[in-house]
Amino acid sequence: MNENWTLFKRNLAEFWKTFRKNRLGLLGAFLVITSILVATFAPWLSPYSPSDIIRDEGGHGLTFASPAVHAPLGTDDAGHDVWSQLVHGARISLMVGFMAGFIAMFVGSLFGILAGYFGGAVDNLLMRITDILLVIPDLPLMLILVATIRQLDLKISPLTVLIAVIGLLYWTSTARLIRSQVLTIKERQFVARARAIGAGHGHIIRKHILPQIMPLIVANTVLILSTAILVESGLAFLGLGDPTKPSWGTMLNFAFDRSAVTNGAWWFYLPPGLAIVWVTLGCVLLGNVLEEMLNPRLTAHHLEGDQNMVTVPGKGVE
Amino acid sequence: MTAPMLEVRNLYKYFPIRQSLTDLLRRKPADYVKAVDGVSFTLERGEVLAVVGESGCGKTTIARTLIGLEEQTDGEILFHNETVGAHERRARAGLVPLESGGVGTREQQVLPRMSMKRLRQQAQMIFQDPYESLNPRATILEIVAEPLVVHGLARGREERIARVKTALEEAGLRPAEDYFLRYPHELSGGQRQRVVIASAMVLQPELLIADEPVSMLDVSIRAEILNLLRDLRQKRGVSIVFITHDLSTVAYFADRLAVMYLGRIVETGPAREVLANPQHPYTRALISVIPVPNPRQRRERVILQGETPNPIDLPTGCRFHPRCPIATAECGKIDPPWHAVSPTHQAACLRIEQGTP
Ligand SMILES: Nc1ncnc2c1ncn2[C@@H]1O[C@H](COP(=O)(O)OP(=O)(O)OP(=O)(O)O)[C@@H](O)[C@H]1O
Ligand code: SF4
Ligand SMILES: [Mg+2]
Repeated sequence: MNENWTLFKRNLAEFWKTFRKNRLGLLGAFLVITSILVATFAPWLSPYSPSDIIRDEGGHGLTFASPAVHAPLGTDDAGHDVWSQLVHGARISLMVGFMAGFIAMFVGSLFGILAGYFGGAVDNLLMRITDILLVIPDLPLMLILVATIRQLDLKISPLTVLIAVIGLLYWTSTARLIRSQVLTIKERQFVARARAIGAGHGHIIRKHILPQIMPLIVANTVLILSTAILVESGLAFLGLGDPTKPSWGTMLNFAFDRSAVTNGAWWFYLPPGLAIVWVTLGCVLLGNVLEEMLNPRLTAHHLEGDQNMVTVPGKGVE
Repeated sequence: MTAPMLEVRNLYKYFPIRQSLTDLLRRKPADYVKAVDGVSFTLERGEVLAVVGESGCGKTTIARTLIGLEEQTDGEILFHNETVGAHERRARAGLVPLESGGVGTREQQVLPRMSMKRLRQQAQMIFQDPYESLNPRATILEIVAEPLVVHGLARGREERIARVKTALEEAGLRPAEDYFLRYPHELSGGQRQRVVIASAMVLQPELLIADEPVSMLDVSIRAEILNLLRDLRQKRGVSIVFITHDLSTVAYFADRLAVMYLGRIVETGPAREVLANPQHPYTRALISVIPVPNPRQRRERVILQGETPNPIDLPTGCRFHPRCPIATAECGKIDPPWHAVSPTHQAACLRIEQGTP
């Protein structure tokens, strides 16, 4: 245990050494971390509950009030504080995005590893499933799925439905990426050596394949998160979110439903839009930088640090 | 007489070539890369057998088949008189048009079988490329301990570390603790090959199969690694199949020598004897191009003409005849049988019998 901890600290320190030099990566990390912090501490950051109605002295609800001291981002059509909604919406958006993203990452990695490692019939089956999902247009499929599941009245919360549908549709690119990586890794000599030692498939996948693709999985997950958050916003904007637990997409849906635009209430629709951009941009920046830093294809770890590599074996005797 | 530790009988390994759709439709018979085409040899305990030959003659394929990474197309591998290899699944071997005449189903062998797992405790392979044969994301401790973990040996942490330490120190990495937490990319090529050797020796196997263990290394460190292997053989009594394309390392190291050409052994015998009195023209050509330290003693070099024929369409008769400097018309027709030069030294060449070479 002790040496694992030492190693972990050392690896982390090494990672940080390169990462901190990357401005885009730092910016991405900043955007992602701030939004996570806001979501975590939402109740402490919001002056009101999202459902509180702000009233004037006469007790009338302040509808479409422009930003002012008591409502930092103004109010919506019903007199709710937009800032409080935005901060609480971060919780919903990020929760759905993260959970869907992790499901997608898990399914995609599993399919990719099994297809790539075992090849043959397993590969064929899994990749045909992937192909089918890949050719069906996502948006109509999701709309139909979400609507159908709702019709069934299964007493599943709408957010759970969203998480499941997004998570189970957005793993295909991960699966293909991981599969192609596994295909090259399994041909490498250290895998043959593990087989020659007598290692079984489970051992080889855990100890030899997974450690090579883990960085890729991490980077890809961050990228998938941005997609998941974006898709969630899209679906919620189309009215498929949970109106009792509004995410940023739901806020946009409300804003457009209740003619925030014609009322000139930019403080109602602009903040959730920008918040979505904030998070997804953060994830994309961070994900791309991580991928660049960690992708085994781009760094070729094993070739580093030794010039002897160029001594090509003699071509035998000619 | 007891059985030899390792016996290989008529080993064949053909790789089928993917056919194009048109060939399939025309029912053209499948082509094969005849990587190993009827190889037999034995190895005693503590003995070093060098297998020498040009690139592509099937050396690595023999090694991979011995350790069970490839399934032989035909032939028998006996380890302590027990068969190894997955040949029970090879009822389909009958589908392969073997030149040995082995078409049709082969009679069932009645020899006891050794499980792959047991074989892999007793035989270990050293791969050619130390830059590729170590998992870049595993520490040296994990790498050397892996065989113990895989075989469920030395379960206690203390014992495992002790065995890893011994193996590393025997492989010349001292003090071993300094290497435990390092990654392969922090080591030099020679050090990495020592790690590979340590990991192969941690189970104390009886047989090492070393596939060109030094060809990827800097010339300056080759001798060190060869010395290490020689010491291990002396101290541990381990037998070694030493694969190389470099005849100059053979004299130094091997007891016996097998010269391969296009999937076959063409000459075999005690290393000194073969080097001093080569019979097959191919062996002679190989020996003639070994660099000699004293330029005044330079031998006449036999430079072979032409390319190695591809192992798909092998030449008829003697497979060496298109490049043989002393070939006769007969050589294109007759596949030369073994000719005993001495009781332990044999060569497969028609013209030995005629007394010419
Ligand atoms: N998996 C495979 N599929 C098809 N052909 C193969 C395969 N492995 C090896 N071969 C072919 O078998 C022949 C022998 O290859 P092998 O690697 O055993 O040669 P080698 O003597 O080890 O050569 P080198 O000195 O280059 O390592 C070559 O023609 C090679 O192309
Ligand atoms: S049999 Fe003929 S071709 Fe073959 S090695 Fe001997 S002389 Fe050369
Ligand atoms: Mg080879």
